[in-house]
Amino acid sequence: MSRQTTRAVDPRKVSGELFTLTYGSLVAQLLKDYENDDEVNKQLDKMGYNIGVRLIEDFLARSNVGRCQDFRETADVIAKVGFKMYLGLTPVVANWSPAGDEFSLLIENNPLIDFVELPEGHSHLNFSNILCGALRGALEMVQMDVAVWFVQDQLKGDNLTELRLRFIKRLEDAVPAGED
Amino acid sequence: MTVYNLYIFDREGTCLYYHEWNRRNQSGICKTEEYKLMYGMLFSIKSFCSRMSPIDQKDGFMNLRTNKFKLHFYETPSGLKFVLNTDLSVGNIRDTLHQIYSSIYLEYVMKNPLCVQGDVIESELFQTKLDDFVRGLPIFATKLS
Repeated sequence: MSRQTTRAVDPRKVSGELFTLTYGSLVAQLLKDYENDDEVNKQLDKMGYNIGVRLIEDFLARSNVGRCQDFRETADVIAKVGFKMYLGLTPVVANWSPAGDEFSLLIENNPLIDFVELPEGHSHLNFSNILCGALRGALEMVQMDVAVWFVQDQLKGDNLTELRLRFIKRLEDAVPAGED
Repeated sequence: MTVYNLYIFDREGTCLYYHEWNRRNQSGICKTEEYKLMYGMLFSIKSFCSRMSPIDQKDGFMNLRTNKFKLHFYETPSGLKFVLNTDLSVGNIRDTLHQIYSSIYLEYVMKNPLCVQGDVIESELFQTKLDDFVRGLPIFATKLS
C-alpha cells in the first residue's frame, strides 16, 4: 500500500572536505567576530543546538530507530548509527559512570579538525564545540536532557577527542490544558 | 476507500497542520477547539493504552475505529503526531504515515530553515507536496464528488 517517492541519487552525500572547510571558515569568522574563545564556544554550541533539533528528525526518519529504553542504548545509537550516518565514523563508547548516567565518546579521527592547527592564545577554544550543541539539541527532542562537554581534544595535544555526556533528566510530554 | 482528513501535531500539542479532503460532516466547533479536543483524546488514549495494556507494548496506540471511520495514528520518537482519518476498508497504513513524515514533513518543513519549529506550517510547497502525495495514494481512490 505504500508508494515509493522519487528521490535523487542522494543529495546528502557531499565531499567531506567541503564540510570540513566550511566548518573551519565558520569558526574562523566567529573568532574574528567575537575575539573571545568562550564566546565562540557559546555561539558554536548554540548553532549546534539549532542544527541538532532539526537533525534529529532527519535521523529518525532515515534510521527508523525507535525510542531508546535506557541511556546505554542511547549511547550505542549515537555512536554506531548517528555518528556513522553524518560523519562517517564510529566513536568508541567508554568510561561509564557507575550509575550509568554518564559516558564518553572517544573519537580518533575528528573530521572537523582535518586541516586545523590551533594558533597560540586559543587554549579555551573548543574547536568542535558544535558537536556538543548538536547532541544536546537532538537528544532534547527525544525527551532527554543531557549535558555534553569536551574532556580531551586532539587540537590541544591529546591523543584523541573525548566528548562526555551526562544524562540529567527525562523531559515529560506536554499535557493538554485542563488535564492533570 | 477514502481519506477524510489529516492532522499533524507537535509534541507541545500544537496543531501544525490540518487538511481535509472528503470530510462530509463538520464538528460544529471552531477549528482550534477541535484540534484541542483531538489532541486531548490522543493524549488520553495513549496513556490509557500504556496503562491498560496487559503486555509490553512496542508501538502503543496505532489506530482506532468506530462504525463509520478509522483513525490512524503515528507518533515519532520526537513526539510528532500524524493522524489520518479514513473509511473502514483501509488496513494498516503505518508505512504511509511514516512516509508523510520522512519524505514530506522532513523534506519541506524540517529542511526549510524558514519554517520555525512549533509554528503552524504555512509553506505552500509543503501543502502542495502533501496534497499530491495523499491524492496519489491507492487508499485515496474515491468516487469523485
